[in-house]
Amino acid sequence: MSKPGKYPVRIPRKTLNRCFFMLLVLILTLQFQEVLGVQRFPRPEFESGYVQPETLQPSARSGVLAIVDVLILIISLAVVSWLVIKRRSRLLVFWFSLFSLVYFGFYRQGCICSIGAIQNVTLGIFDSTYIVPITVIAFFILPLVFTLFFGRTFCAGVCPFGAMQDLVSFKPQKLGARMNAILGLIPYIYLGLAVLYAATRSDFIICRYDPFVGIFRFDASFGMFLFAGALLISGIFIARPYCRFICPYGVLLNWVSRFSWKHLTITPSNCIQCRLCEDSCPYDAIDMPVTVKNPETKSATTRKFILICLLVPFFTLLGGFTTSRIHETLAKVNRKVALTNMLLETSNNKDQPESIDVTTFKSSGKPISQVYSEASLVLKQFYTGSWILGCFLGLVIGITLAYRMVMIYRTDYIPNKGTCFSCTRCVDYCPVERNNEGLTK
Amino acid sequence: MNRRRFLTTGIRASILAGIGGAGAMVASKAGAEQLVWQLDPAKCLQCGRCATDCVLTPSAVKCVHVYAMCGYCDLCGGYFKPDTKTLTTAAENQLCPTSALKRKFVEDPFFEYTIDEPLCIGCGKCVKGCSSFGNGSLQLQVRHDRCVNCNQCSIARNCPADAFSRVPLSKPYLLKQVNEESQAAELTGKKGSSDE
Ligand code: SF4
Ligand code: SF4
Ligand code: SF4
Ligand code: SF4
Repeated sequence: MSKPGKYPVRIPRKTLNRCFFMLLVLILTLQFQEVLGVQRFPRPEFESGYVQPETLQPSARSGVLAIVDVLILIISLAVVSWLVIKRRSRLLVFWFSLFSLVYFGFYRQGCICSIGAIQNVTLGIFDSTYIVPITVIAFFILPLVFTLFFGRTFCAGVCPFGAMQDLVSFKPQKLGARMNAILGLIPYIYLGLAVLYAATRSDFIICRYDPFVGIFRFDASFGMFLFAGALLISGIFIARPYCRFICPYGVLLNWVSRFSWKHLTITPSNCIQCRLCEDSCPYDAIDMPVTVKNPETKSATTRKFILICLLVPFFTLLGGFTTSRIHETLAKVNRKVALTNMLLETSNNKDQPESIDVTTFKSSGKPISQVYSEASLVLKQFYTGSWILGCFLGLVIGITLAYRMVMIYRTDYIPNKGTCFSCTRCVDYCPVERNNEGLTK
Repeated sequence: MNRRRFLTTGIRASILAGIGGAGAMVASKAGAEQLVWQLDPAKCLQCGRCATDCVLTPSAVKCVHVYAMCGYCDLCGGYFKPDTKTLTTAAENQLCPTSALKRKFVEDPFFEYTIDEPLCIGCGKCVKGCSSFGNGSLQLQVRHDRCVNCNQCSIARNCPADAFSRVPLSKPYLLKQVNEESQAAELTGKKGSSDE
């Protein structure tokens, strides 16, 4: 079988190779772990002057460029805020949003993302071993800070997701206040789940179910393409469906924007109630004036107040209780819990083929009890987490209901500071000119 | 109205303080350096998910050859299927489904093995063969010229061996290297035995 070697003293390599091969198969089956990583065959001494090639290790995108990204974010936020608050120009905001779509979307492919950064920050708080890169923190915080000063100008022209959806909103329809309120609860659920899964080190669901990143990369699973397609098609009739009814970062921006220092106004001066802007907002974000038709009696107000005081805590507790009932289902996303379930399943019915996870786990030689105890620890975290999540959601539902109950008197047409994306479409509808105090008097 | 403005300003200030506080809390242990994903070949069990679970097609994970560890064997556990009779480069003998692992004669009896990276899909078949029967010089790695550095690597979540972690950008590879000492020991040991 073996060819004679060049030098008679040396045993031919091939024979050696084969002997080792046989031997190793034997040893390997006995103690797989021990042998891994050991140099079984010596490095040859070449006689023909052969030069060993280097192992190429191409480097990743340079860290300097990440700083450049943050700088571009700051400049973009500043420019869009200026365009919205000072220039009040829809056209310029639109052109800038195209730039953002190309840079943050198609060029950077969406993975420097304020929305996803929620999870990094959460993980950074709950996992002491995870070190959040400073650029990710910047992407999380800067839009919030700008929103606190100027409203959601990030959404108007910097976020590539918003820009993408704005491109297709050809025929926006009104949804009505109730529909908006109900669908508007989804982002709270999404935000709560994202925080829960990030805090328990289970998954980054915002990134996993990000519909647009697949479009930016022209590469995604069939399901995600379907989701993205559905969003864009429904986006023709429901303007910015992701922003209004899915985006978890939008929840934070909404809260912060309510207290913004200078927010976009529809009229540059005083509203004359001409109603021209009434239907101009594709997102139903303009609050109409509420004229007092039937002023409430004092006792009715008191009754409402008591009802709200009872409703909100009731919904909070109900939410917490209900969600804590399903904490085991929620925990299935976690790898350790999933593995435990798979192990239990394979031990219960032996004739089913075991999954890769079970096979690899068995070959790793870890004790099963360790996985079980780790999984039960995760389950405990999920129990606490689901109570908090449920209470939060219940509170949100309670407050939403309460908010719809109370009368808020308003005399002018103003953008709702929470839900307005500062897109400045409505501005063009207002006939009032700047500094025309006289007109209204 | 004045009271209301006072209240709003107060809330605004506290939100700003809140954002700043949360930021500072995370930033207190933030790293200035970017992180990238990498898998540890010492943990990897070559389950095949690296080929299927990356957001890119084909995967950003590829086989990498650490030549310094290679034995340049004629009978390569990474190149040939286990039941191969003739050690030729015929496609039916090859373990690699895409023929990405190339074999070149160097000098008797040594062969050099190179990965044609555009062809490699990161299935890890050759890696399994090499680490089971050879030196383990073929190893899977996330190739950073391809990887888009997802916020959460989609393979990492499904890796049954927990081999993925975030590593600093300045040291983006986790290749197993030759252990010079053990190699020297083995070399002398083998020389001794072959002299007998
Ligand atoms: S709501 Fe969310 S997705 Fe929409 S523009 Fe704002 S941050 Fe982007
Ligand atoms: S998923 Fe993990 S175990 Fe499977 S091939 Fe990749 S690194 Fe190896
Ligand atoms: S066997 Fe798989 S991992 Fe190895 S070179 Fe071929 S495609 Fe790449
Ligand atoms: S980070 Fe993304 S692109 Fe890179 S290996 Fe993981 S899934 Fe693939």
